[in-house]
Amino acid sequence: MSEKEKLPGHYLKSKEMYELPGLVEYRPRVRYRFSAGQAQTRFLEGLKEGKILGVKCPRCGRVYVPPRAYCEYCYAATSEWVELPGTGVIHTAVISYISTFRERMEKPEIVGVVRLDAPGYKEDSYEFAGLFHKLCGVTEEDVKTGRAIGMKVKPRWRPPEERVGDVNDIECFEPVVEG
Amino acid sequence: MKMNIHVKDRVAVVGAGITLFRRRLLETPRELAWEAAKMALDNAGLTLADIDCVVIGTAPDAFDGIHLNGEYLADGAGGYGKPTVRVYVGGGTGVFVPIAAWWHVASGLCNTVLAVAEEKMSPAHPHPQGVFAYIWDPVLERPLGPNLIWIFAMEMRRYMHRCGATKEDIALVSVKNKRNALDHPAAQAAANITVEDVLNSETLVWPVNRLDISPVSDGAAALILAREREARRITDTPVWVEGIGWSLDNTHWYNRELGYPRYVQYAARMAYRMAGIERPWKEIDVAEPYDPFDYKELHHIEGLMLARPCEAPKLLKEGWFDRDGELPTSPSGGLLGVGNPIAAAGLMKAAEIFWQLRYEAGRRQVKKPVHKGVAQAWGDLMQVGTVIVMSN
Repeated sequence: MSEKEKLPGHYLKSKEMYELPGLVEYRPRVRYRFSAGQAQTRFLEGLKEGKILGVKCPRCGRVYVPPRAYCEYCYAATSEWVELPGTGVIHTAVISYISTFRERMEKPEIVGVVRLDAPGYKEDSYEFAGLFHKLCGVTEEDVKTGRAIGMKVKPRWRPPEERVGDVNDIECFEPVVEG
Repeated sequence: MKMNIHVKDRVAVVGAGITLFRRRLLETPRELAWEAAKMALDNAGLTLADIDCVVIGTAPDAFDGIHLNGEYLADGAGGYGKPTVRVYVGGGTGVFVPIAAWWHVASGLCNTVLAVAEEKMSPAHPHPQGVFAYIWDPVLERPLGPNLIWIFAMEMRRYMHRCGATKEDIALVSVKNKRNALDHPAAQAAANITVEDVLNSETLVWPVNRLDISPVSDGAAALILAREREARRITDTPVWVEGIGWSLDNTHWYNRELGYPRYVQYAARMAYRMAGIERPWKEIDVAEPYDPFDYKELHHIEGLMLARPCEAPKLLKEGWFDRDGELPTSPSGGLLGVGNPIAAAGLMKAAEIFWQLRYEAGRRQVKKPVHKGVAQAWGDLMQVGTVIVMSN
């Protein structure tokens, strides 16, 4: 098919679309209530107590965060719960200027992936225990220059009375100040 | 060495069709499916009566806004009264459609298959981006208010760190693909732009700017696959499907190295093995790696083993992947240039390899002689690789 081919399809400008006869607007009206399941419910209870819990595979020794009811590699039931120190390093970090629905945000937000200190993984292994979360105390400059990557971080917990058993019981991950 | 699998029939692609890719099209999803499918049939000189089975691909129902979208599309895709199935692996769907069509034929079940992919993203308001909110884990991710560009940005940032690549290096992909798309009649976002244009476009989630991303699109594409005996009757220039592969990782994308797509490599290994390809970087003549974002093309070139890990940015700068280069990638213009109606965009890539291997791509035809090509798509929460290898 060369560049000269005349292809089917009728392009509409934005205005033309909104002026179409019979244009139907529809908004689904349904609300979901998701149960966190066997493994994650326990994990969320841990967050409420200010702990990051992992679950260990009895066969390969991997410690999963977020926890799973089964080891996806060995396909064995995980059983032993382990409390992790919560510390880790930033695997990647970005600066978001837009919201979920693509509105421009007033204040950009820095988010990233934290590779947690957890037993069961070799150094620099392809897979690891980790969480996706907000980062605070990390500057835009840190993200852009790459200083942020590899930075040692720990969770900043909300005060116990504000924790509800939600991933937001951790306010964010923040740099560990040495000494 | 070919993989020792039992294939009842060798499978060829014998026709292809495509609609315009645009931000908004008048056609309904099933009308788009019909237009692309009809063009593919006409191209192969067939009618619907010549088709045994139909495979449909469309990405999340929430874009078209119609659940059971496969069933809805069935008649438009030519599936009336025929064994018809819809397949889905997120963004990887477009290349998964010809993969599924391949096994329909290779198994001996069907002589001919019409493979149709469609996507209509324009109905979702205020922005289709909102639809992506529903792919996140409801317990651990949605409460953080993510948007899809976050994860791409995180992957891009990690890739830059791991490979020492700069935003300028990566922007060159967008420049190349949008330029290539100037010669694609379906193209929505073809343009002659510069690296500066990319860097100066709106920053959405640093390091991702507006021009690092493919557009939101409506569109459809179709291929016809046939077993060898039929294929030789239909055309003098069948394009053979030599290998297929796909692989899924888990949805815990923050539990793995983001700088290298291992699942793409697994899918590629499966396809190359079936195709008897041992050194893809030498044996593949033209490639269509999935490029919804510019860095993804580099990421996937490496996952497809067309370059060593972290080598793609350097080769790109040297012109290696240009249309007149050593290993042209996305000669179609890719998703960045032609557009990204999700499932249809992946199938457009497979169709481009078909046209390239038939020397029918007009001004898009790559300069070097071509014997083998690969198309690849990727999707879901950074976890799916789908790969098809073809030869002439």
